[in-house]
Amino acid sequence: MTSYLTETTGIKSWLLTKDHKRIGLLFMIATALALILGGVFALLLRFELVNPGPDFMDGLTYNRMFTHHGIVMVFLFMVPVIPTVFGNFFLPMMLGAPDVAFPRLNLASFYVYCAGAVIVLASLWFGGVDTGWTFYTPYSTSSPTAVATAAFGVFVVGVSSILTGLNFIVTVHTLRAKNLKWMEMPLFVWAIYATAIIQVIATPVLGMSLTLVAVDHAWALGIFDPNMGGDPVLFQHLFWFYSHPAVYIMILPAMGVVSEVVCTFSHNRPSSYRAIAFSSLGIAFIGFLTWGHHMFVAGMSVLDVGIFGILSMFVAIFSAIKVFTWTITLKHGRIRFTTPMLYFFGFMFLFVFGGMTGVAVATSSLDVHWTDTYFVVAHFHFIMVGGTLTMYLAAIHYWFPKMFGRMYPERWGLVGATGVILGFIFTFTPQFLLGNAGMPRRYWTYPAEYQWLHVASTAGATILALGLVVTLGYLIWALFKGPRAERNPWDSRSYEWLAPTPPPVHNFEAPLEITRGPYDYHLPESP
Amino acid sequence: MSDHGPQSSAPRVGIQFQDLAKQEHAAHFGMWVFLGSELLLFAGLFGLYTAYRVKYAPEFAEAVHHNELWIGTTNVVILIFSSFTVAWAVHSLRRDRRRTTLWSLAITLVCGLLFLVFKGIEYGMHFQEGVFPGHHYAYKEMPGHGAQLFFTLYYFMTGLHALHMIGGLAVIGWVTARVARGRTTSAYPVPLVLGALYWHLVDSIWIFLWPMFYLTTS
Repeated sequence: MTSYLTETTGIKSWLLTKDHKRIGLLFMIATALALILGGVFALLLRFELVNPGPDFMDGLTYNRMFTHHGIVMVFLFMVPVIPTVFGNFFLPMMLGAPDVAFPRLNLASFYVYCAGAVIVLASLWFGGVDTGWTFYTPYSTSSPTAVATAAFGVFVVGVSSILTGLNFIVTVHTLRAKNLKWMEMPLFVWAIYATAIIQVIATPVLGMSLTLVAVDHAWALGIFDPNMGGDPVLFQHLFWFYSHPAVYIMILPAMGVVSEVVCTFSHNRPSSYRAIAFSSLGIAFIGFLTWGHHMFVAGMSVLDVGIFGILSMFVAIFSAIKVFTWTITLKHGRIRFTTPMLYFFGFMFLFVFGGMTGVAVATSSLDVHWTDTYFVVAHFHFIMVGGTLTMYLAAIHYWFPKMFGRMYPERWGLVGATGVILGFIFTFTPQFLLGNAGMPRRYWTYPAEYQWLHVASTAGATILALGLVVTLGYLIWALFKGPRAERNPWDSRSYEWLAPTPPPVHNFEAPLEITRGPYDYHLPESP
Repeated sequence: MSDHGPQSSAPRVGIQFQDLAKQEHAAHFGMWVFLGSELLLFAGLFGLYTAYRVKYAPEFAEAVHHNELWIGTTNVVILIFSSFTVAWAVHSLRRDRRRTTLWSLAITLVCGLLFLVFKGIEYGMHFQEGVFPGHHYAYKEMPGHGAQLFFTLYYFMTGLHALHMIGGLAVIGWVTARVARGRTTSAYPVPLVLGALYWHLVDSIWIFLWPMFYLTTS
């Protein structure tokens, strides 16, 4: 049977494909470009900060640079990346389905994403944006930069996110193979499902708040302008009502990858399937009730601050349930130390450390000291970026054989992963210290005594970048020259490995008969 | 044209679905998820309205009084009637009454256009008095911030609703063409059912905007 890669050829057969696997690969290219672009912005920021004074950019350029770093990384990379790439590719396969429920809508979602990305990047051409990725009013409605263009672009990307989420929800409900019960779906499916629910519920509210900012910026509506009776804090409420759940849009799919990787490479069933599945839904739910913790110093009653602080700590309970469940899964397992597994250990460190500092910043008395400092920057990079980036890379390596029919070089994989994880830790640990010492975020200059920490952070960022470049290099090599992969090289029990490698257009040779669970390692591999 | 006969309208089941019933279920389910998402688009604005209404209660009440109750109410009647006609179209198509279906859809389209005409008349009346959104607001009799915010929200929310109305007209127009060409029939009425669901959503949002901008004067 010919694989989805070679069934049809020509550029048109890729650009107009309705195959969920090809659409996943299109998204993979687009989001990788976003990662590279956002990464270049980040490196430029870090090198500018090596010296306390101005080096090679002026203040306005610096402001534009961190704004576009944030917008590109959050909206064009981290929010879409795991659902659109690996969700698209593997969600149907894990359900034993030949495709998603609405293949045309799936392709449309890709082009809507591209249109949004082009509009966001066009704002660079029209002068860039200097408001920060959060678009806080009233500055964002009066800034002379291209706020309206960028905000509209993010709105369009949001539409793509809603369409993908909708597609996945309907797919999970209607396309499970015969005999595949909800409690027998691979855990990655649960994670993507929980994410899709958040995407559909929260993204419209973000779209609306950014549309208000865009319209306000273009025609001076004054909805959030105190000079015209508006209340700028209301914007923050609307914005964070989406953007806090958006954090879980980024981290939940990563957690789904963790569950697959940890079970496969410890050759063991999860110590509690239900605990992992339901804590995903728990996080998705509680995530809607914590947005106020971004605004402790923005004019809130003490009672509200207390309530939002306590609700935020509930997230840590659900997260801890996951962390302990994954850890216990390793026990009695037959652990293989592969690249995805190394990324899993990196994830655990970043996630636990980032999570603990999250509980710390949810404590209002501490938060007053840390608000708008590098401490917060380091916290959300550790948990959100560290968690998502490590598991994005783990997912590429874990599923690379199935997607492309070739193996990546394991030694090089471990080298790249070491660079990425250590680089990441060295980039942001100094930033925790900087923030605690009082370095405010988004500042272009700083007192000379902070310099050694900034230099250390920049050195870490360089190692991180090198790790990513090495990874990109050997993955491209493996794409063409890697040794051929077997159907199930990791000896996993999850359903996507039952398909041929690489899979044919409709994934399975015959309709999948589910006779065992996705983690039944005590049973033989073939059903 | 022979290829528009009954055999060409026989529904095709997508490769991903086990049977036609599953496909129909998926389409309906997807539409309901989409409608929920649309509601949340407006929910942010409802929240904003509520916050400002609490802050500027007397000015909002006075500004509501200023809107033309008869236009808002006429539009409610028009839209409820159009919801009935679009539902009648679905009912008729299921019973293979194509002519009734087409007539019901045509009336629905006329209702939608009529709604926009009335809305346009009301906008025109506001413009003449200097009631503009944002910093262009120049209505001398209600100079306060509260009234200005009220009318800004009024334009934004009714404007967004009008955009949805235009979207609804396009959808219903497209379905009407499909029914007229025999491409949507009782064998697979899903496109019409989904279009009608969307139309109902646009109607019901107006039912909520009506009290917010025309009725609650105290």
